[in-house]
Amino acid sequence: MNGQLANRFTPYIFMAPAVLIMGIALLYPLGYMVYGSFREWNPSQNISETEFVGLKNYITLFFDAAFRESLAVTLIFAVTVVAAELFIGVGLALLLDRNIRGMSLLRTLFILPMMIAPVVVGLMWRYMYHPTVGTINRTLKSMGFEGVDWLGQHALASVIVADIWQWTPFIFILALAALQSLPRSALEAARIDGATAWQQIFYIKLPLMMPVLIVTALLRLIDAFKVLEVILVMTQGGPGLSTEILALRISRTATEFRELGVAAAMSNYLLILLLLLTLGMFVITRLQEKRAARLAKMVQEES
Amino acid sequence: MPQIRLENLVKKYGAVEVLHGIDLEMANNEFTVLVGPSGCGKSTTLRMIAGLESVSSGEIYIDDRPISHLEPKERGLAMVFQDYALYPHMDVAQNISFALRLQKRPKAEIAAKVREVAEIVGLTDFLQRKPAALSGGQRQRVAMARALAKDSGIFLFDEPLSNLDAKLRGQMRAELALMRQKLAKNMIYVTHDQIEAMTLADRIVVMHGGDIQQQGAPEELFKKPANKFVAGFLGSPPMNFMDAELQQENDRLYAKGHGFAFALPEQKAKTLGKTEGKVTVGIRPSDLNYDDTAPEGAGLNLNVRVAEYVGAQSVLMCACETSDVTVELKSETPIALGKTLRFAVRPEGIHVFDRTSEVAL
Repeated sequence: MNGQLANRFTPYIFMAPAVLIMGIALLYPLGYMVYGSFREWNPSQNISETEFVGLKNYITLFFDAAFRESLAVTLIFAVTVVAAELFIGVGLALLLDRNIRGMSLLRTLFILPMMIAPVVVGLMWRYMYHPTVGTINRTLKSMGFEGVDWLGQHALASVIVADIWQWTPFIFILALAALQSLPRSALEAARIDGATAWQQIFYIKLPLMMPVLIVTALLRLIDAFKVLEVILVMTQGGPGLSTEILALRISRTATEFRELGVAAAMSNYLLILLLLLTLGMFVITRLQEKRAARLAKMVQEES
Repeated sequence: MPQIRLENLVKKYGAVEVLHGIDLEMANNEFTVLVGPSGCGKSTTLRMIAGLESVSSGEIYIDDRPISHLEPKERGLAMVFQDYALYPHMDVAQNISFALRLQKRPKAEIAAKVREVAEIVGLTDFLQRKPAALSGGQRQRVAMARALAKDSGIFLFDEPLSNLDAKLRGQMRAELALMRQKLAKNMIYVTHDQIEAMTLADRIVVMHGGDIQQQGAPEELFKKPANKFVAGFLGSPPMNFMDAELQQENDRLYAKGHGFAFALPEQKAKTLGKTEGKVTVGIRPSDLNYDDTAPEGAGLNLNVRVAEYVGAQSVLMCACETSDVTVELKSETPIALGKTLRFAVRPEGIHVFDRTSEVAL
């Protein structure tokens, strides 16, 4: 009897430390933030001294042009980088999914950018984009072109390029893994059925990779909404608000404007957005599982 | 229906040569089975014909047209794969019609064709299903239907039945034999299962170690195996092999070994081309019969160790001094385990192979 009881509780005992850490490191600050978002809160104040203001912070933000601009910048940034990364990453994977000499070295080189710390990536690109001494403009000038004010006039585009450079490898390796797990014989059957290389990609490879690609895209989208370091280092959100993504605006609201309550409310908006994406991802995986289970059941009922 | 010819076909992976110059001709409307143990090169040969493997040297001709440089789709053939190779994201109808849709045939024609081949393989009620919702046998049928829909003259099968369970395999084998009668097509079928080979083939090509060992009608290969490998590979339970020496005695030629001496039929003795030396004697389990009265030179004593009852037939594992001998006989034959009994050998059933070269004498 005693042994049975111990058996039943063993898994929970093993899980307890992780749950405890999750509670302290994640749930507590989260609750703190939600609580704080309903209050008028200056960093010099203790939270108990702050005044409850209801939904005021949320409503203010909703009508705040700067916040809306920041939200728009974030959306443009996230959607553009993920779309471009998908296109390039999947394209590269389709190109490199073959056995030729040196391919494994090439693959390793391709995923290097992902392994560099974001701050370093930001610094690197800032120097490359530098109007006078940057690599890019110097190259342009040596070829007789005019230099471009990358981080001035084209700040958002330049930031987007840097993010694409860093994160395309992520999509690349996942797409490559998906490609290599495709049933080889189905592709051979397609070749015998008369599919050209393009037709194999569009009718066989891409449809079969789709489940992986959808989840990958959502993962990247969630990440792209939270991007901070690279942009912080490259432009600090400027010029103007042109590259001020939400994460940056939150940090500025908290430190520069000293409005912790508003910053918390802003964080919650971002959190809701990410929750929706996560929920979408969850629903998609559940649907896939359900479909597989339904099909398997159909076979079982017949036999 | 096209004729296929392989000429000195060689396949190399790096420095390793896996096919050593295959010469093979497959006549019009012939069902050819390539059979052999795994790694013998049979699948590689088939995949080279299909265009899925490159040709290292030699040439493949279809109707005297060299095709080894062509893409698979330009060779005009259909193939059924071992794991069915269905497109998981398409339903049955889409799977069947994929090749036709790529050719941009008219919709009505495609629909008619899908109905027609679905009828042949019995899939009419499953056209809207995805492969994941089909059983193994049904998937096999879809693969078959997809190949049929292409209307090509050449059909390639790469171990199509090996993923099915034993009962279904027997059933599909029979259906395939039935379908084969209706279709005037050139079929090449790869299997490691000698029963499939024997039952389906017009012609069997036995391969081993990247070479063709022997080719011919199933009966011919069974009765007159060219070497010890073919003799041991075809037939179930497999042929018994015993070491022996040829000896001339009283005008007759004997194969003598430990515990036995068989007089070879005079006809065979004449054509043997050898009257002494070390040989291997091969006797099929079904060519041995329980017979108390078998005279010297036409029988041997066997100690019965194990009897496997398999219905109408029983398979006996016996020992003849140092060698193991399998006997297949009717189950009603009274046999006592552990006893030493006398068995007669059917004289025509004695095969003699050279001990070193293993070639049939």
